[in-house]
Amino acid sequence: MKYNFAFFDEGSKREIRRTILKAIAIPGYQVPFASREMPIARGWGTGGLQLTLSLVGKEDILKVIDQGSDESVNAVNIKKLITTTTGITITDETSEATIIQSRHRIPEIPLQEGQILVLQVPLPEPLRYYEPSEYETKKLHAEQEYSGAWLMLFEQIMNFGNMSTGADHPVLVHDRYVMAPSPIPRFDNPKLNNSQALILLGAGREKKVYAVPPYTKVVSLSFEDYPFEVESFQAKSCRFCGAQGIYLDEIQDEVAGTTVYQCNDTSYCLQRLNEKL
Amino acid sequence: MGYVAVKGGTLAIEESIKRLKYERLKKGIVLDCPKIEGGMRCLIDQIMSESSLYSETLAAIAIKQAEGSPEEAVFLLRAYRSTLPRKHYSRTSQSETMLVERRISSSFKDIPGGQILGATYDYTHRLIDFNLNEETDADAVRWIDESTNEIRIDNHQTDLVNLPKVLDYLREEGLIPACDDNDCEPDDVTKDSIQFPASRSQRLQILTSGQTGAVTSLGYAALRSFGALHPTLGELRIGNLPIYVDNPFNEENQDEDAYFIGEIKVTEVETLFPAAAQKANGQKEIEFGLGYGICYGQNETKAIAMSILDRCLETGNAEYPTHNEEFVLLHIDSVESTGFISHLKLPHYVTFQSELDSVRKSRKDSKTNEESNP
Repeated sequence: MKYNFAFFDEGSKREIRRTILKAIAIPGYQVPFASREMPIARGWGTGGLQLTLSLVGKEDILKVIDQGSDESVNAVNIKKLITTTTGITITDETSEATIIQSRHRIPEIPLQEGQILVLQVPLPEPLRYYEPSEYETKKLHAEQEYSGAWLMLFEQIMNFGNMSTGADHPVLVHDRYVMAPSPIPRFDNPKLNNSQALILLGAGREKKVYAVPPYTKVVSLSFEDYPFEVESFQAKSCRFCGAQGIYLDEIQDEVAGTTVYQCNDTSYCLQRLNEKL
Repeated sequence: MGYVAVKGGTLAIEESIKRLKYERLKKGIVLDCPKIEGGMRCLIDQIMSESSLYSETLAAIAIKQAEGSPEEAVFLLRAYRSTLPRKHYSRTSQSETMLVERRISSSFKDIPGGQILGATYDYTHRLIDFNLNEETDADAVRWIDESTNEIRIDNHQTDLVNLPKVLDYLREEGLIPACDDNDCEPDDVTKDSIQFPASRSQRLQILTSGQTGAVTSLGYAALRSFGALHPTLGELRIGNLPIYVDNPFNEENQDEDAYFIGEIKVTEVETLFPAAAQKANGQKEIEFGLGYGICYGQNETKAIAMSILDRCLETGNAEYPTHNEEFVLLHIDSVESTGFISHLKLPHYVTFQSELDSVRKSRKDSKTNEESNP
């Protein structure tokens, strides 16, 4: 029993690529597609996986990360499936990869023209928080009726003194669509703006594909008097490589009872340690 | 945070998978797939129905591989389905042409063609039969031989391939409105994702592949109190439906040109719901509305629950969640619900860190506010 190259039959791949083209043509717009069931679970990156499998060719070099780590359980699992069905080369190095599939992070090393970043999306609808119905949110997007999104942020300021979004802070794409950037930390939101690389977002369970084409304007929603703020790691640095100004993981040192910090992007950290950067 | 150490994930996963295999094999006994096919008819039917893939053999392998977990077995079959090119649609099958094995109606004591009980657990006492602990293949063969000799040849005249539908009788009486054929090409939810408001063909496809437990629960909720209806089972029939596909190179496609590609066993249910209908003169009359359920294999509870939900979604009463098509249709798929719930087991430390940042910031702000306004 042998599976086709990249798992899917060719008809399915073509169907997904057509969806991607439409998504690129309408930046930030969620294009519905007939999401296939994958050998990994819904909610575990099947949207991203379908995009990657439909795009990948024999020459491609793939990097997969999960929460910043190349070796996280799910990243390993996805890479294993892709290599088993394609035999393509895998890398940890961001700059080497032609396709980077990621869950919840954009790598620290800036992406280049020609690279494709595929983000896995659990909840593609930025308006779902206050409107449970898909039928209604589609209308809101069509009419560019985004007062609910602004109100949500305004209420957070009233309640907590600040916008209290964690990851997945909504963005406005190309002055048209409000988009969920997937649960990347706010720290990564600015990397979406004017990105040199093509950014594709795939939600398998919710059956949506959307895109931020290269050099597209992406603005995080905020108010003049309450500007958008990224997570603060002020005066903290990685305990291994000493890097600052990057996204850090907070770790409890059980023995010393103290809190220490390390690079969340593990391949970035390793490259620094190996003095490749 | 233990399982996302900087390195070593790959090795840990390999060991975990090895351990899983060990759990399946540790007693030194493996199930023969033909034995699963022989003895797990109901589980196979359930899994084929939830996966929307009709193959007893593949279902048996999936059950073996999944150690009998229905959600895993369905998952395996759905993923396999994604690799199959879709080349043909079958011709419309008419359930009148079903070779009926079981067919009952609770609306009438006697129905044209008669009540045919067939095989069902309905009339058994659910007492564990301890003898089964000792049962052997030889016992099975002996029992089969004896019971085949015993079969009485009645001169029954019933034509099992052309049993009339119970509802046709009510239509003739004018008690349910005649319904015209709807010859629109059905939407295919495996090719285009469902859009709202959904077409009936989309709804029926999602309902029939729904997780048995989920469909049953929502159907039960509608029946008990969150749907305000109590149906009568017009007809439940189980049997084999012949499937034909057209010759793709022949544009005429006369009936006799179609290819017979096999039979599928299905459960089909038609339920009746009394409903008030407004007449032209302003008076109200009670009419019967219909609910329709159909599933691969023998899945009676699910098919009945499906017919209830079909009716609910047709009615669309905003008071009840069971009448809300997004509520029902987006939450009953086994692969989707189990997948998203199980994704909570994935690490979430980046997002959690981001939340922590917000929590700390709001704490700090409220503290400064308290200090400035004592």
